[in-house]
Amino acid sequence: MSNVITEKRPVADSAPRPPVTLRQARLPRWSPPVFALVALAAGAGIGLVAGLDSKIQWGLIAALLFIIGTYAVAAKVEGARQAKDRLATSLVWIAFLLAVLPLASLIWETVVRGSKVLDGYFLTHSMGTLPDAMVGGGINHAITGTLQQVGLATLIAAPIGLLTAIYLVEYGRGRLAKAVTFFVDVMTGVPSIVAGLFVLSVWILILGFGPSGFAGSMALAILMMPVVVRSTEEMLKLVPNELREASLALGVPKWRTILKVVLPTSIGGITTGVMLAIARITGETAPVLLLVWGAKTINNNPFEGAQQSLPLYVYQQWQQGSEASYDRAWAAALVLIAFVMILNLVARGIARWKAPKTGR
Amino acid sequence: MAKRIDVSGLSAFYGSHKAIDDISMTVEPRSVTAFIGPSGCGKSTFLRTLNRMHEVTPGGRVEGKVLLDDENLYGSGVDPVAVRRTVGMVFQRPNPFPTMSIFDNVAAGLRLNGTVKKKSELNDVVEKSLKGANLWNEVKDRLNKPGSGLSGGQQQRLCIARAIAVEPQVLLMDEPCSALDPISTLAIEDLIGELKERFTIVIVTHNMQQAARVSDRTAFFNLSAVGQPGKLVEIDETERIFSNPSVQDTEDYISGRFG
Repeated sequence: MSNVITEKRPVADSAPRPPVTLRQARLPRWSPPVFALVALAAGAGIGLVAGLDSKIQWGLIAALLFIIGTYAVAAKVEGARQAKDRLATSLVWIAFLLAVLPLASLIWETVVRGSKVLDGYFLTHSMGTLPDAMVGGGINHAITGTLQQVGLATLIAAPIGLLTAIYLVEYGRGRLAKAVTFFVDVMTGVPSIVAGLFVLSVWILILGFGPSGFAGSMALAILMMPVVVRSTEEMLKLVPNELREASLALGVPKWRTILKVVLPTSIGGITTGVMLAIARITGETAPVLLLVWGAKTINNNPFEGAQQSLPLYVYQQWQQGSEASYDRAWAAALVLIAFVMILNLVARGIARWKAPKTGR
Repeated sequence: MAKRIDVSGLSAFYGSHKAIDDISMTVEPRSVTAFIGPSGCGKSTFLRTLNRMHEVTPGGRVEGKVLLDDENLYGSGVDPVAVRRTVGMVFQRPNPFPTMSIFDNVAAGLRLNGTVKKKSELNDVVEKSLKGANLWNEVKDRLNKPGSGLSGGQQQRLCIARAIAVEPQVLLMDEPCSALDPISTLAIEDLIGELKERFTIVIVTHNMQQAARVSDRTAFFNLSAVGQPGKLVEIDETERIFSNPSVQDTEDYISGRFG
């Protein structure tokens, strides 16, 4: 009985409290776009008056005005917390615009300049013996080369990368797995020119083979492999362990469990990863320059003789410096972007199609 | 069909940590044996040693003997895959294969093992297993729909159907009802009552009423302190365990006066 509470409990204030309301002043919903317009106008005005040439400076002033203005008005009308909320929202929007603007302008520029000479003839003809400064010619030889080189690189890198990832996730224990992970990490950071030089020294200088699409594929495969390993590893790790155990508990051997349960569950993500890796190597120029050399005519044999590829074509046309070759470079760049974009769309399609079904 | 399990001197480890210590018991064929005990006392670990699933966990290691009708599961030359075909398992959380339809889920064990090839044969097995799991009437019109679209209780019965489709001798159940509502739990408990005609069933449960309802024999596991290995305190007829256990700890645990 020593812990008896003797003190009185605090008594509620007898003074009447103001009625509690959950409502409060809000800025109307149209305010952010209006603020943005006002800020843009003000930014342009200040830019004009101050005689600033760069439109980027106008935009920065407008963005700054927008942030400060929104914060000030919101703080006045809505209170401190909402003002902070609006500040964060404005910052997020501006960051989004900063990220999207270069991308959009890049695509716009490429489409506008590239569509000038892009037509059926351009896609179906090679440069042949056409002089550099003349209008005409095409990229058929470059498309053929890119498809063959990237295809061969994928044939080399995708199975090796896939099996490495399966080893790392399903079997790898101890030192060997750690070493493999380490070297995959190191490989991720290898610059493409170094991969090119490596294949150049081994394949061409030491073994004495000539330039070929296949030589380029080997360098591209070196670049692609770590990407495939990394993305596949992440996807396999996402497969719940319960599924593996469920399969093992049915008396299914481990290799069949991996083949029939783990891989089908993650196949969507794995395909996306491989497609993104393909997209990454499609734009590589340096190893192709070193190992495939570039050509003006169609070479359908990737194992013999110089070939062309799209990024290398863009580089070479740009170097020639004539009006006609500039146009061709832009058109080829547009084709390259379209190719990568189609690959990405295909990857997304496969991912959605193969995703584990949840519907009833 | 059903087989007797004789465990003697079994200890299981995770790396250097001993999870269960020197367990010996007999599980009678065509009966339900329930494992009860506080969390972390090694019930699930012990269950997983009975079909060699424990060693799937990295660092998992087992000492001792598990005799399945006189054949030691841990003897030399025993294939764990063959063991798991004989001793099936149902897990705590329903885990149907998400890429497969209801039909394929049930057929998975047979298909992946390559034991049944003909479509008609497969149809029969799937129907029989789903009927055995009391799920046939609910899913017979949508066998080609994904298994993950079923409710939790249905998914768990699907997993039971999948486990019995490969015709095991023993069925291990690791808290099969802990994620289910009372009605689904009842459905599964009824099912356990039917399945024990054909299989030897071992069930881990945290629900003592459930142990009392479904099991013929009950084993009580305990651990002396956190970090110490779990031990088998006693195993006896369920009625005796719940009315007049021979060890004081068991009575304390069952009557809620534990610790």
